[in-house]
Amino acid sequence: MAQNQAKQAYSPGTHPDLPPPVRTTGVLGWVRKNLISSPLNIVLTLASIWLLWSIVPPALNWVLAEAVWSADTRKECWALMGAPRDGACWAFIRGSFKLFVYGWYPEPERWRVNLTFLLFAITIFGALRENIPGKKYWLMFATAFPFIAAWLLLGGFGLTPVGTQKLGGILLTLVVAVTGIAFSLPIGLALALGRRSKLPALRAVCVIFIEFIRGVPLITLLFVASTMLTYFLPPGSTFDLLMRVLIMVTLFASAYIAEVVRGGLQGLPSGQYEAADSLGLTYWKAHRLIILPQALKISIPGIVNTFIGSFKDSVLVLIIGMMDILGLGRARLNDPEWLGLAPELYIFISLFFFISCFGMARYSLSLEKKLQTGHKY
Amino acid sequence: MAQTSPSTANPLLRLWRNEDSRGVIIQILTMVVLCAFIAVIARNVVINLANVGKEFSFDFLMWPAAYDIGFSPFIEYTNKSTHLRAAVVGLLNTLLVAFWGCILATILGFILGIMRLSSNWLINKISYVFLEFVRNVPVLIHILAIYSLVVTLLPSAKEALDIGGGAFFLSNRGFYVPSPVFEPGAGTVGIAILVAIVIVIGFRRWAKRVQDQTGRIYPVLWVSLALLIGLPGITFLATGTPLSWEIPVLKGFNFKGGMALKPEFLALWLALSYYTACFIAEIVRAGILAVSHGQTEAAHALGLRNNRTLQLIVIPQALRVIVPPLCSQYLNLTKNSSLAIAIGYMDITATLGGISLMQTGKEMETMIIVMGVYLVISLTISSFMNWFNQRIKLTER
Amino acid sequence: MKQKTTAILSAAVLALGVTGTAQAGTLEDVQSRGVLRCVVSTGVAGFAQPDANGVWGGFDVDFCRATAAAVLGDGGKIEAVTSTGKTRFTKLNAGEGDVLWRNTTITFSRDVGVKLRFHGVNYYDGQGFMVKKSLGINSAMDLDGASVCIQTGTTTELNLADYFSSNGMKYEPVTIETNDEARQNYESGRCDVYTTDASGLASTRSALPDPDAHMVLPEIISKEPLGPATRQGDDLWSDIVTWVLNATITAEELGVTSANVDEMKGSNNPEVRRLLGVDGSQGQELGLSNDWAYQIIKQIGNYGEIFERNIGVNTPLGIARGLNAQWTDGGLIYSPPFR
Repeated sequence: MAQNQAKQAYSPGTHPDLPPPVRTTGVLGWVRKNLISSPLNIVLTLASIWLLWSIVPPALNWVLAEAVWSADTRKECWALMGAPRDGACWAFIRGSFKLFVYGWYPEPERWRVNLTFLLFAITIFGALRENIPGKKYWLMFATAFPFIAAWLLLGGFGLTPVGTQKLGGILLTLVVAVTGIAFSLPIGLALALGRRSKLPALRAVCVIFIEFIRGVPLITLLFVASTMLTYFLPPGSTFDLLMRVLIMVTLFASAYIAEVVRGGLQGLPSGQYEAADSLGLTYWKAHRLIILPQALKISIPGIVNTFIGSFKDSVLVLIIGMMDILGLGRARLNDPEWLGLAPELYIFISLFFFISCFGMARYSLSLEKKLQTGHKY
Repeated sequence: MAQTSPSTANPLLRLWRNEDSRGVIIQILTMVVLCAFIAVIARNVVINLANVGKEFSFDFLMWPAAYDIGFSPFIEYTNKSTHLRAAVVGLLNTLLVAFWGCILATILGFILGIMRLSSNWLINKISYVFLEFVRNVPVLIHILAIYSLVVTLLPSAKEALDIGGGAFFLSNRGFYVPSPVFEPGAGTVGIAILVAIVIVIGFRRWAKRVQDQTGRIYPVLWVSLALLIGLPGITFLATGTPLSWEIPVLKGFNFKGGMALKPEFLALWLALSYYTACFIAEIVRAGILAVSHGQTEAAHALGLRNNRTLQLIVIPQALRVIVPPLCSQYLNLTKNSSLAIAIGYMDITATLGGISLMQTGKEMETMIIVMGVYLVISLTISSFMNWFNQRIKLTER
Repeated sequence: MKQKTTAILSAAVLALGVTGTAQAGTLEDVQSRGVLRCVVSTGVAGFAQPDANGVWGGFDVDFCRATAAAVLGDGGKIEAVTSTGKTRFTKLNAGEGDVLWRNTTITFSRDVGVKLRFHGVNYYDGQGFMVKKSLGINSAMDLDGASVCIQTGTTTELNLADYFSSNGMKYEPVTIETNDEARQNYESGRCDVYTTDASGLASTRSALPDPDAHMVLPEIISKEPLGPATRQGDDLWSDIVTWVLNATITAEELGVTSANVDEMKGSNNPEVRRLLGVDGSQGQELGLSNDWAYQIIKQIGNYGEIFERNIGVNTPLGIARGLNAQWTDGGLIYSPPFR
């Protein structure tokens, strides 16, 4: 067969394509191209393999193979493995898991928390899907969600009231993060427009506010919320601490959102503004119909990054003694039965944040691709 | 004109309809509301402070602080010093960790960014996993985790690792290195260094002008290096080597002599650096990708060699994209250094905003100072970066 | 229109958040709320820590329960307001807590300067030092040049500075925010010495893998009387907290325990009868029900029981009564009479 082909004569241009050389295709080709293309690359590949070999198997061994999933005390846990600390003692996390999720939320009322989580998932699902029937209603629901969640969690109007002190763990982390995210967008938008306004006084106020908030660390603002803010209120009145913290977190995030949106506004070619003006649109109409949809679209990556930032920043509330997931976890480290299990705790919390934030980042990436309409500003 | 509609007849409404006067009205309203708000708050503060019998004053800064600070590498501090001095110690510590953090974060960030662009699949993926994991976990957890690693994994002072001929020691009390002791004559060497720097700057300018005019290229780098090393070196030998080293020795509980990098500093520095580096890596990657390949090809076509292409064509263009976001990462690092309080590194939040606040009960005053200090630092960094940005900006014609 | 609704809604939310502080009438506030809010620490083994279900327990928390038993008749109706060393007084003064039961040292500046009211001592403590036995040190005077772990935001760091400078010694302070981290640092050898109140040392020592390898040095360098605090300006509430503490102490002195409190109601001792509300009207004078002290002892126990249950010799902390024994046993725990 092969000999037959070799003998066959082709007129110029009709010879069928030869298969590519073996060394450039398949596994071998891939390895050659991606791992050992040059002496430097060979060294780098070997070094990476060595690095992976020395980290991954021992880590897996500690995290899974030698780990203990159920025990009542640290000593019991360590008795179940070869030597103490040979493996992770996930029993500690498992035993306190409900506390880590719900905090001190009263047992019989926890369905409200579950319902809130469920609604949250639905909201996210609905708001994120592009092609979903009744998109408008989903968005309206998403706007109303923070208020519904506040009612469900804190009670009143027919539900048993639950104090904000009862919130803790992941629930508190989510409350702080989601509130910051939900309310910072409209405030940030207003600040960004204010900063680009033609009115000098308005602009000055916005600039001072934004630059002040962005110039100080969040924990100093939280200290202000926890120690100083009561001095600002009318004598004899006070705020709930959580409310004060939420306000600070929201203001903090909105200053960053404002800068991101301003970037988007500046990124629009001035032709868009001029076109809107020439159509005779008013300031608000021009912004609502022409400027903001485009500006927001190009600032989506920045906005999501700010959201991720404020999600991660929510752990700082532990520094003023609030029991978010990290604060609660550290308080549990003081349990005489479970002393010294900090690595397990930190890994668990890191994983929680990694999954949430990585998910947000991936979503923003896919959205960015979807909204890419070919114009590059 | 008798038939004016009621809306235009009303002068107030007419003012409102006019764009200019409406702007003035809105601004006046804003200012009035703002002033009223500030006035109400100021009044509340005065009343509230009077109620708890506190007085708003910064006198406490001159009171003795009465507490000790473990890490004050720059200025003398004892528990007899004032709160003001404690604040200065804290400020210097903040600046120290921020400065070295920015430098290390930049280096690591460039390395990671280039690893992300590597054609080697393994390197590429490892750096990707590392970047994503680090970026998506709060920096506070990194700081706590690194600190507990440093403290539990490194040996104690008695069993310190000797890494360099009995002069460099690594233990969980810190990294001890010999400290320089200046003897008379060291000043001359300092002057020689300054002189060398001035000459180098002058030489570079001159070389650039010559190049612009005649196209002749001088070996600027080598001449500069020779000047910078040679001139101080000769002076050093000529003045009779006026420098000796104090070597750390284990005495009693701790090492005495030498300089030490405390574990609190190390942990904070490393954690802040690699966390920030992961953001810088993305910036660097985007910056390099932003320079189109055609630029490199064009430079090659002009006959520029590889290193000149990089130096004259690629890097200047990439920097234009990199610098503004890099600036905000530096700002973030500086602000994140306030998390030092979680591991006991004595920065300004921990000294003035922490212990001093606690001991004096002056929440208002201490927080105002702390926030003011951060504001000044932030504004300084961003104005410096703005200046730098202006310098390398593309001049469009 | 939509914006207006949002504005009104947010104003309403804000208004809900703003509540009046109780400048007076804490008792009515607590009773109408039906739950007592105690400011406690974020976690000190044996004194206040949450268990796996989030239920707070410990020496300080039990006194909080005792207060709730007296005021509300149910020791379970408490809410723990956690605070760091820095925020505790602010939280109390801002009305976020009704009473502070958080191992807090009574000092002049806190009483007068921070405007608190203290109500006697529920634990006599003093600052001490713990070292590894292998260091071969027998006295704090040998600590020149040592690295010392301290918890920040407390009186500890001032005492330490005074002690070392008055004895002409140098040290390296290692300032730590929480107990857990202090233990980690001491265990790993980051510092040679851990200093805090003796009770805290006992609790830390108990938590180390090999407690016998560590010792607490004999020097106690400060007086740390720990006690409850309330806001100034509510005398009735102050009285209640004072006498809740005294009731637990008196009960122990008179031999009334949670086990025998029902029999003791039939006792002939007039002070026992007054304490348990069989005779007299002391409860009503405090604005409480007459069996307030009975409820405390029945539900929580007397001072000795609270002590032994949380931090006594049979707990992991293993603290001996020492200064905290009844005055009749050579200690300092002493209550004014119920008369």
